Amino acid sequence: MTVVATHSDPPRRKRVFWTMDRRDSLVGYLFIAPQVLGICIFVLLPLALVFWYSLHEWNVLARTFRFTGTENYQRLLSDPGLLKVLGATGIFSVFLVVFNMSLALLLAVLLNQKLRGITIFRTLFFSPVVVSLVAWTIVWSFLLQNNGGLNGILQVVGIEGPNWLRNPTTAMISVVVVQVFKNVGLNMILFLAALQGVPKELYEAARVDGIPAVAQFRRITLPMISPTVLLTSIITIVGSLQVFAQIAVLTKGGPGMSTTVLVYYLYQQAFEFHKFGYGATLSILLFLIVAVLTFVQWQMRKRIVFYEK
Amino acid sequence: MNRLTPLAVLAMTTALAGAASAQDLRMTIWSANEAHLAVFNEIADSFTADRPDVSVTFESLPFASYTTTLTTQIAGGNPPDLAWILERTAADFVNSGILAPLNETFSNTEGFDYGDMIEKPTELWRRDGELYAVPFSTSPLAIFANTDLIEAAGARTPADLIAAGEWTWDNAMATAAKVAEGDKDGIIVRDFNYQTWQNLAAIWRGWDASPWSADGDTCGFADPEMVAAMTFIHGAIFEDGAIPGPGESVDFFAGDAAMSITQISRASLLPKGDDAFAWDLVPLPAGPAGEYSVIGQAAIGVFEDSENSDLAVDFLAHMTNPENSAKLAQFFPPIRQSLLNADTLGATNPLLTPAMIENVVVQGIARGGVLPVHEGYSEIQQLVRAELDALWQPDADVEAVLGAVCRSIQPLL
Repeated sequence: MTVVATHSDPPRRKRVFWTMDRRDSLVGYLFIAPQVLGICIFVLLPLALVFWYSLHEWNVLARTFRFTGTENYQRLLSDPGLLKVLGATGIFSVFLVVFNMSLALLLAVLLNQKLRGITIFRTLFFSPVVVSLVAWTIVWSFLLQNNGGLNGILQVVGIEGPNWLRNPTTAMISVVVVQVFKNVGLNMILFLAALQGVPKELYEAARVDGIPAVAQFRRITLPMISPTVLLTSIITIVGSLQVFAQIAVLTKGGPGMSTTVLVYYLYQQAFEFHKFGYGATLSILLFLIVAVLTFVQWQMRKRIVFYEK
Repeated sequence: MNRLTPLAVLAMTTALAGAASAQDLRMTIWSANEAHLAVFNEIADSFTADRPDVSVTFESLPFASYTTTLTTQIAGGNPPDLAWILERTAADFVNSGILAPLNETFSNTEGFDYGDMIEKPTELWRRDGELYAVPFSTSPLAIFANTDLIEAAGARTPADLIAAGEWTWDNAMATAAKVAEGDKDGIIVRDFNYQTWQNLAAIWRGWDASPWSADGDTCGFADPEMVAAMTFIHGAIFEDGAIPGPGESVDFFAGDAAMSITQISRASLLPKGDDAFAWDLVPLPAGPAGEYSVIGQAAIGVFEDSENSDLAVDFLAHMTNPENSAKLAQFFPPIRQSLLNADTLGATNPLLTPAMIENVVVQGIARGGVLPVHEGYSEIQQLVRAELDALWQPDADVEAVLGAVCRSIQPLL
């Protein structure tokens, strides 16, 4: 039996699969495909593998790879060294972030002037950022020795300097200062760019109203550059938790365990003590700390950032 | 085009067959010294001369991160075929079962003369009688002395003290302290740097002290012998100024110190020309427990999982046979009885006098004990290092610190 369409049937339009929307979506997906693929292979897969390794006892020399479930995570709770390590990491991060951001902002304000030769100073303060980290730290290791350059200078002015890297307090101060001087230029440039984006009219209006300079900074500058403050604080905090080379070159975690930060501790566990499973567990801990801190900062953006809704 | 195809196939097949049969042996080493590499390459060339499909590559890794880099290669599934192994990690490597056994090949290789190898220095590298790595370098720790500096300071030289039968640690430190009164330094324990504490074995063995018992089960840091030895060392640093303090960088070979405890291979660092100074090489002084000797070792092992492990074992046998051991002897003192004499070693070590070779090298190897080793050494090393940091303060309580060291490491022993 053949069905014949009658004139009374509505005309059936052929359904087009590749609609404009779908074509746009496909092009969009194709554009982001390389990046997504890269993230999957180089970020998500290693993350999953690290988590998988953290559930195992893996000794490369003994060639053992044994599933141990949550044993490594239980060890985190009973590791007597871990509390010291988290303490050292916290102290390092707090001092680094406060010192780095205050100095960067101060330098940016000072260098945000229209003066002859100001670019020379900007270049000077930024230059450590482009120097090799290890080379920078090795030079500092010579300067900070007991009979090194810094104590030599102090001696000239009649001060007997401490043995910087052999005392727990001065060793921590040393690694923080070396790291701040290395990277303060980057935050300084970001602050400088933000400062130059603040409309001049606001300052002019404030001056007309007789607002003092300190109040101008607090009421105009800080709110206007608050997105940059948020950005630099996230970058600096995450960076401070991942410090490694300075510790490896300057102190090797000593004296005692006073400068053994989390990344250096996990490096020791995995690559020196051949405990890759426990090293992976420590890196999961580091990942969680960074993730939580970044999340908290992001949530606080409405309070920190002036025009965030 | 069709006529070319069989040719192309033939060419491809030949290339693939060539690639399949070619064997490239890779050996990791921690020396990048050109003279060392020249000898290695000469030995490799003589091995590959009648094996056209074989090539040997030496990969130099930085000393400070050598074992870490090696284990990372192993973890990444890319171990070398052969590797130098430091004595401090000997127990970990030998007991892990990762190294190929060597007895059978060495016994059956013509001209290897396995019986010529002195057995005592191979103890560290054996498990149940089976040899797993060859200690190709067994270098006694000795003292280099800058006699110009010592005489200028009016102190007694090691040679004087030896001649008078008074070459003891007390007198050696007195000489060092006398030189350190001026603008130069006393005695350096090379590579110690207040981190690599095991190098202090060169001193504490004179007190018969040991970081742990012979079976490795009991901590020995708190034993009276170790407390006495460490008290002596602490006094030499902070009271006499005989040993440069923590955080001070001093180079004996730049002429900045009276003496340095190190291995004879460092003789190549002695300055020449205008910077040269008069020097002497003497054995370690006697301690309260008498005369002793300490040797530093490095061995070569083959990884059992390597695709070319059989060939690598053959290469190792070739590399450490009597002929090639004699070539290596100019840098790395061998453990072959036939080569341990002043004539053979003197021919390859022109800087050393026959007396130095006999007193320091030959006698040192014969009676020397190795630096401290233990399974899981890296972790123990770090724990001890962390606790000993408290000792390197002028007002440290030596006994209390050493007690803390034992409490820290005993669970790992």
